[in-house]
Amino acid sequence: MYEILNKEVLAQGTVVLNEISAPRIAGKAKPGQFVILKANETGERVPLTMADSDPKRGTITIIYQVVGKSTHMFADMPVGASYQDVIGPLGKATHLEKVGRVACVGGGTGVAVLHPITRGMKEAGNEVIAIIGARNKDLLILEDKMRAASHVLKVCTDDGSYGHHGFVTDVLKGYLTGPEKVDLVVGIGPVPMMKFLTKLTKEYGVKTMVSLNPIMVDGTGMCGCCRVTVGGKTQFACVDGPEFDGHTVDFDELTQRLAAYREDEAKSWARYKEECACRTR
Amino acid sequence: MSDKPVDKPKKDKVPRQAMPEQEPQVRARNFEEVPLGLSAESAVLEASRCLQCKKPSCVEGCPVNVQIPEFIKCMAEGDFLGGIRQIWQRNSLPAVCGRVCPQEAQCEGSCVLGKKDAPVAIGNLERFAADWARKGGTAELPPKAPPTGKKVAVVGAGPASLTVAGDLILRGHEVTMFEAFHRPGGVLVYGIPEFRLPKEIVFSEVNFLERLGVKLECNTVVGRSITVDELFEEGFDAIFVAVGAGLPKFLGIPGENYIGVYSANEYLTRSNLMKAYLFPKYDTPVVIGKQVVVLGGGNVAMDSARTALRLGADQVHIVYRRSRDEMPARAAEVHHAEEEGVKFQFLTAPTKFIADDKGRVTAMECQRMELGEPDASGRRRPVIIKGSEFILDCDLAVIAVGAGPNPLLTSSTPGIALNKWGYIDADPKTGKTALKGVWAGGDIVTGSATVILAMGAGRLAANSIHDYLMRGW
Ligand SMILES: Cc1cc2nc3c(=O)[nH]c(=O)nc-3n(C[C@H](O)[C@H](O)[C@H](O)COP(=O)(O)OP(=O)(O)OC[C@H]3O[C@@H](n4cnc5c(N)ncnc54)[C@H](O)[C@@H]3O)c2cc1C
Ligand SMILES: Cc1cc2nc3c(=O)[nH]c(=O)nc-3n(C[C@H](O)[C@H](O)[C@H](O)COP(=O)(O)OP(=O)(O)OC[C@H]3O[C@@H](n4cnc5c(N)ncnc54)[C@H](O)[C@@H]3O)c2cc1C
Ligand code: SF4
Ligand code: SF4
Ligand code: FES
Repeated sequence: MYEILNKEVLAQGTVVLNEISAPRIAGKAKPGQFVILKANETGERVPLTMADSDPKRGTITIIYQVVGKSTHMFADMPVGASYQDVIGPLGKATHLEKVGRVACVGGGTGVAVLHPITRGMKEAGNEVIAIIGARNKDLLILEDKMRAASHVLKVCTDDGSYGHHGFVTDVLKGYLTGPEKVDLVVGIGPVPMMKFLTKLTKEYGVKTMVSLNPIMVDGTGMCGCCRVTVGGKTQFACVDGPEFDGHTVDFDELTQRLAAYREDEAKSWARYKEECACRTR
Repeated sequence: MSDKPVDKPKKDKVPRQAMPEQEPQVRARNFEEVPLGLSAESAVLEASRCLQCKKPSCVEGCPVNVQIPEFIKCMAEGDFLGGIRQIWQRNSLPAVCGRVCPQEAQCEGSCVLGKKDAPVAIGNLERFAADWARKGGTAELPPKAPPTGKKVAVVGAGPASLTVAGDLILRGHEVTMFEAFHRPGGVLVYGIPEFRLPKEIVFSEVNFLERLGVKLECNTVVGRSITVDELFEEGFDAIFVAVGAGLPKFLGIPGENYIGVYSANEYLTRSNLMKAYLFPKYDTPVVIGKQVVVLGGGNVAMDSARTALRLGADQVHIVYRRSRDEMPARAAEVHHAEEEGVKFQFLTAPTKFIADDKGRVTAMECQRMELGEPDASGRRRPVIIKGSEFILDCDLAVIAVGAGPNPLLTSSTPGIALNKWGYIDADPKTGKTALKGVWAGGDIVTGSATVILAMGAGRLAANSIHDYLMRGW
């Protein structure tokens, strides 16, 4: 069993952090890798990136957006409760090396995934510009941690409630057109954001890494559920990724495949709400 | 294989005892087991048919040489405990093998009675004895050798690994099994459906091993959570690798990534391991197809087709490139699938998938084939008939055309030699790999095969590992 040792609500109850006891995983985890969690007997296997890991304490940290049945169920678990299963570390670790000037761009909960990579890029000796955004001020997460992990931090909100009024891509564009060259962009966030971001960086010919989040089952390359088309070839995101060269990813296919179970997910979520209502009544 | 009574048996008047089954129309809509099991009376009667051959050809037909006449003799005398003890000497998973072995190609295919009449129903008897023991016939644990102080790591928890774990714990070694999934059992739990092999049986077999002292660590992906080298560092003296053939093959035709096109691994894992057939009680969903096509002709294809029926399909077509005779599936499963209403399109190959504007599959284009000259394997190679394209409507397509070696473990284990297809090179007599202290067996060595062959490989490796632990490499 994998006990929740620490829990924080990061943004208006919609983004939650869990620190979980998982010594074997904590000892191996590297930036960019993820775990699969299953809350209980009837639960599904949910992939979440490790936002942090502490080999000494034997813990890993996940940060997730509360969107449907499983993440709501996770968010309802108190400190001291346990996940039945946690599997990992899965996926390839981020390739961290000194390339020069790196822009780390994150949107929404993607910032959680971006944070350990940003830190790793800085530790590898790069000059790191971090650009993070959210729909509004209350949804912004990890601002302080991102500031510490980078040399320069730029913050944007879609509604202008905090930082730059606009999208992360607008701010990035400033750097791409600026006097100093950007050698690498790391972009992690919702699929539409990554799609636009890679379109932009392609125009400027700057290599861009994205982290993909297709639906998964086993996470070990056994089922093919997570297949994505990259450079015209089928790749399994759980073992070949989750990071890929963003300029060659078929984002439209990814968007479609992510919607595969919309109706079932809605049903599941409605059922859960009802069950919760019964319990509290 | 026919379960129908035979009219004129040579030796005596007892016909082959029919296996009671759920009615096809009923069972095609539920996930309960199809064959219900012999009664004690008919098991005794069936056992009495055996001629007790001096040179029993049936034993040679069985890959692990179960002592068939000896066990059947006990059964005929009503001594079921004696029967199961005889079986256990060679086969630690009889409740599984009795259900899923391709008996018509193995033990029963070699039974002398089969030359003129129906062979002895060895599989059904084996199943009966094992079920009898599990349901309380005996709770005895076999005796264990004194502790040797040696530690063995077993990677994967499929039939090959379960065999190795059982054999080595009895010889006094410490055994820990590492499994990637959250449940042990391998294909027996994620692939073969409930209606063919109730999961409760697999779990009781695993539980038996745990009672013997085998440690089980699920959620451990060797190659990611820990490597083979690190297992040695943790103090294991020997490592057995049986990670199966867990890499789905796709067809490489256009439209394969549309929603509703699955690999059989994904489809069956969702349905069996994750229990999508109980959605929304269980959280994992699966696409429910009304018009279903399944590509392939093996057990995996039959299991996928019959699962789709049970999940509510109106029509299921199995589309197979070759003809009926070449289908590698167990005869009983083809027969069951047909009884349940699965349709077969032989000599047909898919060319592309077609989808709506949301990317959901709506149809598959196929081509007809004819059999040409024999190929290297001696099978007549299918050739395309030009201009024979046609459309099969479908809202679910399952690709069950085989599996390959999953590279997750092998690519993280330097020095483990692979063959040209990526399977582990292991000595067929001992299971030894190129790495000292590492053995391998089952599908990751042979490619997709059968439960009993994986168990046979496990048995050989266990002997070799024991030898090594006591005497050296
Ligand atoms: C490698 C990887 C890393 C991820 N890291 C994070 C993270 O750090 N933080 C975070 O908030 N989210 C992350 N996600 C997304 C997260 O897995 C989904 O939000 C979650 O599964 C939703 O489950 P639900 O039941 O709450 O919602 P649902 O209502 O079931 O689903 C909401 C949406 O999430 C997606 N989804 C559903 N099931 C899965 C599944 N099994 N695998 C992947 N996506 C699914 C679908 O697009 C779906 O429409 C990651 C996904 C992947 C593949
Ligand atoms: C749908 C289906 C139906 C079948 N029907 C029949 C039948 O009727 N009769 C028959 O005889 N055979 C049948 N087979 C074939 C038979 O199941 C296999 O040949 C047999 O299970 C192989 O056993 P194994 O021990 O080699 O591997 P598997 O059963 O494949 O088990 C391997 C185990 O290793 C685990 N694993 C994989 N990678 C790792 C890793 N890196 N670290 C830790 N664990 C790992 C897997 O999760 C799995 O649990 C069928 C196969 C399928 C897929
Ligand atoms: S193990 Fe399989 S092949 Fe051998 S006797 Fe039993 S059913 Fe027949
Ligand atoms: S070959 Fe047939 S009849 Fe002879 S011992 Fe074996 S099961 Fe009995
Ligand atoms: S999730 Fe199954 S292959 Fe990637």
